[in-house]
Parts: sequence; C-alpha cells; structure tokens
Amino acid sequence: MAKAEYVIRRLLLAVLVLVGVSIITFVIARLVPSDPVALYVGPRAKPETREAARIKLGLDRPLYEQYLRYMGEVLRGDFGISVRSRRPIVDDLKVFLPATLELVFVSMIFTVLIGIPLGVLSAAFKDGWLDHFSRVFAVVNVSMPVFWLALLMQLLFVRQLGLLPIGGRVSREIAILAPIDKITGFYLVDTALAGNWAAFRDVLSHLILPSIALATYGIGLSIRMTRATMVEVLQQKYITAAWAAGLTRRTVYFKLALKNAIVPTLMVLSLNFVWQISGAMLVEIVFLWPGLGTYLVNAILTIDFPIVVSVALVVTVFYVLSNLFVDVLQAMIDPRVILE
Amino acid sequence: MTVQREETPGQPRSAWSARFLEYGLMWRALRRDRLALISLVIIMIFIAGAIFAPWLAPYPDQGMGKANLGEKLDPPSSAHPLGTDDLGRDLLSRILLGSRPSLSIGLFVVGLAMLIGTPLGAIAGYFGGWIDQAIMRITDIFLSFPALLLAITISAALGASFFNAMLSISLTWWPWYTRLARAQTVSLKEQTFVEASRALGVPGFTIIRRHIIPNVLTPALVQATMDIGSAILMGAALSFVGLGVQLPKPDWGNMLNVARLYFNDGPWFAIFPGLAILLIAMCFNLLGDGVRDLLDPQSRRTG
Repeated sequence: MAKAEYVIRRLLLAVLVLVGVSIITFVIARLVPSDPVALYVGPRAKPETREAARIKLGLDRPLYEQYLRYMGEVLRGDFGISVRSRRPIVDDLKVFLPATLELVFVSMIFTVLIGIPLGVLSAAFKDGWLDHFSRVFAVVNVSMPVFWLALLMQLLFVRQLGLLPIGGRVSREIAILAPIDKITGFYLVDTALAGNWAAFRDVLSHLILPSIALATYGIGLSIRMTRATMVEVLQQKYITAAWAAGLTRRTVYFKLALKNAIVPTLMVLSLNFVWQISGAMLVEIVFLWPGLGTYLVNAILTIDFPIVVSVALVVTVFYVLSNLFVDVLQAMIDPRVILE
Repeated sequence: MTVQREETPGQPRSAWSARFLEYGLMWRALRRDRLALISLVIIMIFIAGAIFAPWLAPYPDQGMGKANLGEKLDPPSSAHPLGTDDLGRDLLSRILLGSRPSLSIGLFVVGLAMLIGTPLGAIAGYFGGWIDQAIMRITDIFLSFPALLLAITISAALGASFFNAMLSISLTWWPWYTRLARAQTVSLKEQTFVEASRALGVPGFTIIRRHIIPNVLTPALVQATMDIGSAILMGAALSFVGLGVQLPKPDWGNMLNVARLYFNDGPWFAIFPGLAILLIAMCFNLLGDGVRDLLDPQSRRTG
C-alpha cells in the first residue's frame, strides 16, 4: 500500500512541477525584450496592422488569460508557429526530436558499455594501474568541453585519417540511391526494418563520432559512481563468502557484486540521459546533426523565440517524466526509498 | 565578512571565528594532497594570467579585437607562439584576454548561486512549515529544467551578453545551494546551542545569521569549489552558441565557435582555447575532489 501511495504522491508532485515549468517558460517568453508584434508583422507595419496582430496573437488579453490560452494550445499539441518560417513548430519537432533521441540512445549505449565495466574493473583492481588510469580518464571526461572534443574528433578521424563522415545524418549518395523510408524517424530502426543495409551502415558511420563525443560526460560519471559503490559492496560479507566458495572472478565482480552496486549508477545514468538531450545541442552544432540542438541554436541566432521556448518546454517535460520514471523504478527495486 | 561582536565577554565567541580556525586546519591537510595542490597552483597561474593579461599579452590590442589581416591563420611561430586566428590576431593574446570572462563567469556564477541559495535554504530549514514548502517546491521546479537548456533560454530571452549569460547560469544554479543549506539547517536546528539561543529568546533571523549560516558555510564552500569547473564549462558552452561575450571581444567559447569554421586551415585556432577550458575545468574538479575528501574521509576511501 505504501508503494501505491508513494507513486501517487510522486505523480502529484510531477504535475505540480510541470505546471511550474510551464509558468516559468511562459514568463521567459514574456520577458523577451524584442517586440513579438514587430516580429510577426515586420518592423514597418502600419499601426492598424500592428493592432490587428496584437489582438490575433492575444497580446491584448490579461496575462493569466494569455497563459491559459497558451497552455490550452500546448496541451493540444500546438506549439505555435515559427516567426521566421511561419511553419508550425510541432511539424519541425516531429523531424528533429527523433534525430536527437537517436543520437542520445546510441551515446547511452557507449556510456554503459565503457563506463560501467571500467568502473567495475577499477574497483576490482583498486589502486592498481588500471584504477589510476580510469580515475584520470573519468576526471578528463567530466571536465571536457564536449563541443571541443567534437572538433578534435573531426580533426583526427575525418581530416587526418579520413575514416568517417564529417557530419550530417546520412550521405547524399545514400539519400538519393537508397532513400530511407521514414517510419519511426529513427534512421537505424527505419533502415533495419526496410532491410536497407547500405543505408544502415551509412547511418551508423554518421552516428559514431557524435555519439561518442556526447557520451564522454556520462562515461566519466558512471566510472566514478560504479567504482564508488563497487568498492563498498566488495567489502561485504557475502562477497567474502563467494570468494571462499571458490567462485570465479567474473561471477563475483560482474554478477554478484555489480547487481548490488548498479542501482546508484543506473540512477545517475538515467539523469544523464536527459542531460545528454540538452548536451546534444553542443555536439549537434559541430556535426551539423539535424536535431533539436541545431534547430534551437538557429532559432537563437534568428531570434525566433517561440521555437526556443517550445524546445525548452519539450525537453523539460522529458526531463520531468524520466525523473518520475527513475523515482518510481527505484522505489520498486529498493523499498527503503519510500521511507524517506 | 565582518564579525559581529555585540556579545558580552565570557560568552562563546561568534561561530565565524571558529570557521577561520577550521580553514587553517583544512589548508594544512590539503597541502598533503599532491594532485589538489598542483591543481591549485595551475589555477593560481591562470588567475594571475587573467589579472595581468593586458601586460602579459604580446599584442594586447589584437587581444581585444583589433584585426591584423596581413597574418591570417598563421601557424605557431616565434612571433605568434600559438599562431593567429581568422583575422590574423595573435592567439596567445586572445586566450590571455579571453581568460578574464571565461574564468570570472565560473567564480561569479557560483558566488551568486551561493549568495541566493544558502540564505534561502537556511530560512526554509529553520522556519519549516509553509515557508519551507514554498521555497523547496520552487527549487524543485527550477531543478526540473535541464540546466544548460534553462540557461540558454533565459539568456536568449534577456539578450546575448556576458552579464546576461552569467545571470542566467546563476539562476539555474542556486537551488543546489538551497537544498544543501536546508539539509544542514534541519540537523543544526536540533543542536543544543541553537535550542539554547532560541530559549533565550533570540529572534529567528539573528540565530540564522549568527549560528546557522556560519555552520552551513563550510559545506557550501566545498560545493562551490566543486562547482566552479562545471560553471566555467557551462559559460563556455553558452558563449559557444553565441550567447556570451560578443565578438570582437575574446572569450574561450566564442573563439571556438569561430574556430570551428576554420578547422581545416588552422587547427591550432580551435585546439588552444579548448585546451585552456579543459585544463582549468580539470584543475577545479581535482581541487574540489581534494577539498571534499578533507571534510568527508568516507568518500576518500571509496570515491
């Protein structure tokens, strides 16, 4: 019963937070110093045109009414239109969000595959050379400006070695010769579903550099987190018992110990997942990845404010929901959480 | 911070003076942590470089933005030890002068966040009740935004400038200090010396000022040391997307933003500013780890 109560309380809190978030984004949108009417009708419009636009945009109504109207539209999936291209923002989001998510998912795979084993081995061979190496590696990773790392990777793998494409999501030749059917918007999935393996390989080769660049911070975090909890777990009695029973190293480290050490790491990783959605912006610009980040940065440069606010809102909703998911998951795994 | 001396002789002295004693002891212990100490030395060198940049830079006018079109994208040489940028400006001078905003954003952000966050946390923790609820729910809301994104959004709304970038990052950062200070305050409140003051009828805000804040200060400062590196990284990120210091004034982030366009012809233009960011962020992180280990020997053994 305590579980259900906890989940409900957590849900209510999430709703409260989402309302707060929407108020803040609305306030920021209102804070924008440039005149939204001028953006809509152009700077040299007649006063009558301006007045008509003001009413059309609802700017003549009281603030709370504007907020309610804005919320009503957002809940119906209407994020307004771009003041530059006049396209509905939601159409753009449908294209760019999957691109960013695909990048983030692949980078999470790298994070888990590199970060967790290094953390485990680091704890297993505590104070050995591998431990020292991976601790330094972790510090470098969390201190790395990702956009700079992205540039360095381009320099090394594209300019010097010529191994991988410089940027974008798919090569022009593939786009023409073996076009991708957009089913889910995730190109790896789409090409695999269609059995279009030439395109699959091409998409994968475009994904490698940006996703590794994006993974750095998470790798650093997960090494540190896994190492810290593993060191604690390895001191416990059941591990001593396992050694005494003559179990292999692999079983002790990766099965018995890791199972108990992994929860904090998973928590950090799932928060990191959402960090990466916003971190992806920095990587996307360098690799010309057609995702939310590129979209957002272009909107900032052209002062297309409705886009900026919509991207912020969408990503934040993701953030809140995944926090909720993590908390509930944690409560399921470890009932002690509910007591706090 | 001035020490309040309104108490009568014989009473225990203000908690502030105990802090200074504690920092002296911490410094003695820190001296034994070699990695943290080296980091501190490098940080000092960077700060000195930033302070004396106009005198240290070989070409201070180019450092501030004066173009030198005759020597565009020259590789490192004796005249220009780190090469030149897209407008022929000496890169070393640009990096030296750019270190001023790049470093100060880290210090300002963390300082401002601490200044806003710590008192709020102390108030929430001390008074409890609806004040606590209100303050903590607001921190929840602020923390539900991905920090980088919120900073970018606020900064875009306020307009691109160094000051606005600094302000918007601070606005995403203060809730951490509120949480920290609240947690500390809640446990301090139960301690005898606070209960005694309360029993003597000392007003709440005076207790917060004289007993709570000084005791919350140490963990907050440790957190601050650990945060400066990340704050510098975030400042560089904002400036990289065009929201920080505006060209032609230099900043490590905006230099990288331009450098990525000239990557083929002058890789050094992108390499050196980025290296500076990495190095300083790393030193602050290592120093932060060292300082944390001092206060929390548990984390030294495991973390």
